[in-house]
Amino acid sequence: MSAPKTESVRKIGDTILKLENISLAFGGVKALTDISFDVREHEIRAIIGPNGAGKSSMLNVINGVYHPQQGTITFHGDVRHNMRPHDAASQGIARTFQNIALFKSMSVLDNIMTGRTLKMKANFIEQALWIGRARREEFAQRAKVEQVIDFLEIQHIRKTPVGRLPYGLQKRVELARALAAEPTLLLLDEPMAGMNVEEKQDMCRFILDVNEQYGTTIVLIEHDMGVVMDISDRVVVLDYGKKIGDGTPAEVRGNKAVIDAYLGVAH
Amino acid sequence: MFYREAGQFKTSYQADAAIFPIRQDRVAIAAVLVIAYAVIPLAATPYIFSALLIPCLILALAALGLNILTGYAGQLSLGHAAFMAIGAFASYNFMLRVPGMPILLAFVCGGLCAAGIGILFGLPSLRIRGFYLAVATLAAQFFIVWCLAKVGWFSNYSSSGVITAQAIVILGYTFDTPTAKYLLVLTIVAVMALAAKNMARSNIGRQWMAVRDMDVAAEVIGIRLVYAKLLAFAVSSFYAGVAGALYAYAYLGTVEPEAYNLDLSFRILFMIIIGGVGTVLGSFLGSAFIVLLPIMLNFTMQFMEQTLHLSIPMSAASNLELMVFGGLIIFFLIVEPHGLARLWQIAKEKLRLWPFPH
Repeated sequence: MSAPKTESVRKIGDTILKLENISLAFGGVKALTDISFDVREHEIRAIIGPNGAGKSSMLNVINGVYHPQQGTITFHGDVRHNMRPHDAASQGIARTFQNIALFKSMSVLDNIMTGRTLKMKANFIEQALWIGRARREEFAQRAKVEQVIDFLEIQHIRKTPVGRLPYGLQKRVELARALAAEPTLLLLDEPMAGMNVEEKQDMCRFILDVNEQYGTTIVLIEHDMGVVMDISDRVVVLDYGKKIGDGTPAEVRGNKAVIDAYLGVAH
Repeated sequence: MFYREAGQFKTSYQADAAIFPIRQDRVAIAAVLVIAYAVIPLAATPYIFSALLIPCLILALAALGLNILTGYAGQLSLGHAAFMAIGAFASYNFMLRVPGMPILLAFVCGGLCAAGIGILFGLPSLRIRGFYLAVATLAAQFFIVWCLAKVGWFSNYSSSGVITAQAIVILGYTFDTPTAKYLLVLTIVAVMALAAKNMARSNIGRQWMAVRDMDVAAEVIGIRLVYAKLLAFAVSSFYAGVAGALYAYAYLGTVEPEAYNLDLSFRILFMIIIGGVGTVLGSFLGSAFIVLLPIMLNFTMQFMEQTLHLSIPMSAASNLELMVFGGLIIFFLIVEPHGLARLWQIAKEKLRLWPFPH
């Protein structure tokens, strides 16, 4: 189902997400200090940095799990104030988690179906009686979910409870669940952590395919520099909650502050 | 007899989402229904109806309600007997005070009252979880039973606080024999079990399970936790309320608030733990286990006394029954912590391969 890769499929557009002067603190611990960057439509934007740099906190700010004490977030031209995660979801932001956050006892199919929960309008009485809209919706959404299942090549594990799957497949199912929501902005928190080379290659291919075929804008956190430099358009570098670099992979690679953060400074 | 789906291909999502996707299952459930509706009414004695089948079905309905809340939505409740009490007393008052009230509508209204109170006592679940929530629902148990006993209006100022359930009359037919009551209870329970299964397999059921398994991820996906949790409390209390009304109208006849005490709440909780948390079938198996086991033990005692002439003192006999009962519960939890429904699941998986080992 992979289309031929042509750069013309995705044109990097205007800024869709703009973060200005974001500061987030938990009590006395400053997780993020005065961070600003933007994400353009259809691009793959990587956030990198050493452990504890504030990368995951950044994603949590974007999709409303954390509320920054200072700064503004502008998504699709609207400034957002203290939105809840499900508001972010209804605006088209989906994400995966660093430690897999699947619904362990549910089947792969049910997990991915939850990704389409916002598309279902039937009330619970219609669902209890299994009539009309509830029935129609269930099968229409199932058909959409099957497309995602085909896209990520997980047909064979449809009915398996996710708790029984190996780690690499669980990561893929989590991506499927996020994709099922048809997001405009997809946040991936270390999608390749703990994978072997083959699994990483597969995951890279899926991320690029999602980006090219659906035009989804992707913000990803990743520690594998080879992967980050290969697939991302622009990279933000954080260290100790501060932004120390921003630009194309080549620019970031040559940045003195970034090299110091990763390799340490000679004293 | 081969229990396997070989040769049964599903060609539509409708067929794949069916409650009983395998033909053998459909045959089996049809047989169960035929037995329940046709064979049992002809074969059973009034004692079996009123001492076994009716309480078994009613408590299965209450367990089903608790299973929706605890098994599917993951919110622990120790106050379900109190919600049953609300259903019973509300139905009684609707029958008493609204002229020409149809009894089925009174049951529904009783369930709705329980649902409203259930939402109220479910509000703490938005902030607290686990044991702390269990304690909050424990408060519901004590407060509601106390309130129903204390405020005379609920029992129509009866001096002893006991209410006598009105006769069940539907369309001019009076359900006064055990058989008729059994058939009415069976129908209500079957319909509500079907509705529960439908909810479990559609969006709301997935939302509940998502909240149970990982609430942060559920919210990020777009599930409103407030709605999902409170709806679970409402639906669960509705089921408990209807079960409570049936408990009064079809089983006990005369009932006081103390009949719905903490002991009953615990029995319902045991039912879903032994039957299987998060399964509709488990509610029925658990109810059958908890209702039938003491009676079976009783029979065994009598048998031992009469046939084997082992004389057991009365006081020891009743204690022995409790001890064996408790021991069996612990045994089952160790052997199969996922309950009887899980045993059935394992049996089905084995049967798919039988007679081959792999």
